[in-house]
Amino acid sequence: MSISIRGVHKRFGQFQALNNINLEVPTGKLVALLGPSGSGKTTLLRIISGLETADEGTILFQDQDVTERSVRDREVGFVFQHYALFRHMTVFENVAFGLRVRRTPQAQVVERVRELLRLVRLEGLEQRYPAELSGGQRQRVALARALAVRPRMLLLDEPFGALDAKVRQELRTWLRRLHEEMHVTTVFVTHDQEEAFEVADQVVVLRGGQIEQVGTPTEVFDHPATPFVMDFLGNVNVFQGRLENGEMHLGPFRVDYPQYTHTESRQATGYVRPHELELAREPVSTRSLSVRVIQLNPAGSVLKVRVHSDDLGIELTVDVVREQAAQLQLRVGDAVFVSPRNVRVFLPSDFTI
Amino acid sequence: MFRRWIRPSPLPGFLPALGWTSTVLFLLLAVPLLACIVEAASLSGAEFLAAAWSARARAAYLLTFGAALAAAVADVLLGTLLAWVLVRYEFPGRRWIDTLIDLPFAMPTAVAGLVYSALYVKTGWIGRWLTPLGFQGAYSRTAIVLVLTFLGLPFVVRTVQPVLESLEGDIEEAASSLGASRGQTFWRILLPSMWPGIMTGFALAFARGLGEYGSVVFVSGNMPFKTEIAAVLVVARLEEFKYAEATAVAVVLLASSLSTLWLINWLEARSRRHAS
Repeated sequence: MSISIRGVHKRFGQFQALNNINLEVPTGKLVALLGPSGSGKTTLLRIISGLETADEGTILFQDQDVTERSVRDREVGFVFQHYALFRHMTVFENVAFGLRVRRTPQAQVVERVRELLRLVRLEGLEQRYPAELSGGQRQRVALARALAVRPRMLLLDEPFGALDAKVRQELRTWLRRLHEEMHVTTVFVTHDQEEAFEVADQVVVLRGGQIEQVGTPTEVFDHPATPFVMDFLGNVNVFQGRLENGEMHLGPFRVDYPQYTHTESRQATGYVRPHELELAREPVSTRSLSVRVIQLNPAGSVLKVRVHSDDLGIELTVDVVREQAAQLQLRVGDAVFVSPRNVRVFLPSDFTI
Repeated sequence: MFRRWIRPSPLPGFLPALGWTSTVLFLLLAVPLLACIVEAASLSGAEFLAAAWSARARAAYLLTFGAALAAAVADVLLGTLLAWVLVRYEFPGRRWIDTLIDLPFAMPTAVAGLVYSALYVKTGWIGRWLTPLGFQGAYSRTAIVLVLTFLGLPFVVRTVQPVLESLEGDIEEAASSLGASRGQTFWRILLPSMWPGIMTGFALAFARGLGEYGSVVFVSGNMPFKTEIAAVLVVARLEEFKYAEATAVAVVLLASSLSTLWLINWLEARSRRHAS
């Protein structure tokens, strides 16, 4: 079932939580709402579910206007960050709850609950109480409970936020696989860009109650629409520079920027990801920047190198793959050279081409 | 030789703490209770039975337990509602009412008894309206239940209130997202979650009702067989200088109270099993 969000506004007192949100979620897709806290992602999810009402705008499921419907009639499965399990009920009764309030015959309840517990791999724990389960198990019970009533869509609010790193990783993979089996339209909220990229078909980046960018993970990562998206999706090195004659000058670097052909120079900002900087013992070209190693941090698969440029007075982070790091034999204080493989240039926002 | 029974704990001072606790308990609780039993034991079997199980005494036990039970049930209904209102709604004067709830804890119970009997007698402010309707709010069994309800109310409010406050809002949201109506959410989710608190409040109010003397003596009229509770009977026997008979009644009251409380605690523990 597709979801259309049209012109949604929401205000909490003086705080503008959502400002003119327009978004289409196609049937059967898994979409991530990604943004920092206060960006409005949870509010948007709650408005889709009916737990919150929009001040303005409409919500359509397929072609049906559900704006005025309460959560009870929207038939959505909602999964809460802190599980919200019913503590006085067994796992079985938790999953069965939605069926029980619909007065489903007992035989069907048993069958459906069995089926779901198999799906979330919790067979044999039917008679346990939530207090006797681990965090990951509780969240799977919450998922099974939401799915039991065959919802038209699944909405998850930071579903793995309260879990530790390893369990979170497992559940992400599992959620992706589950989605591939079930093909129910799914929207989930996260502040973790890695989680969004790993699980979602489509990522919606929110900031200050507005949508910054919508796209596939690859689109959003490779072609961030704004400096905010660039910055939010992981570490980035920022260069202040000048733009003139279709070229960007960042210290010794030159980057082509054909969109800007004016001869008068103007301020612009260049962004380079740590893995897009090349680090070498010798200058690769006259455009290499001379820097000094100030910190080495072996972070798993890459070596994170902090360097300082005396010329520009800035610090940069460079990711060096392990093999190259072994060749370079870097030590703190070494003089080395960096050159960018890829630079993204953003003009100050008042500028329009 | 004690070492074998003590589970190792990183906290020091287990033995002094245990020693201190048991000494206090012994002096404050066990010695008076023992004295009561020892005094009653001076009676022969037949004498004990005659004193503790006379028709008058049985009527007194029945009234004591019945009134305490009725009051505790009333407290559960009223107290739960009060706690609900205090937790769920914001309204002017809420903090005042919240403070007022504890008043029965602090007020001398004799004062409560006097006020109640003054209000509910035929000429009292409330009694003048209710008596013609056949509601005897003073010098009757109803009066006992009424005053015991007043005294037990804060127990229920104060045990249910924190439970309600600790219920996460998302539990109710989860229930309604699964299609439950407000009523279904209340009966299937909220009430069972509040149950352990309600049980504790019930037990405390009931125990208070069993032991109450000061207020009942003013409101009940103390008519043997009709409005005489067990504690009043004990005092009546004392006034006749029949100490052994008095303690015989006390021992029966003690034993039955203890076993009732035990039963309630057991039920309460059972309902609390999955609360955390």
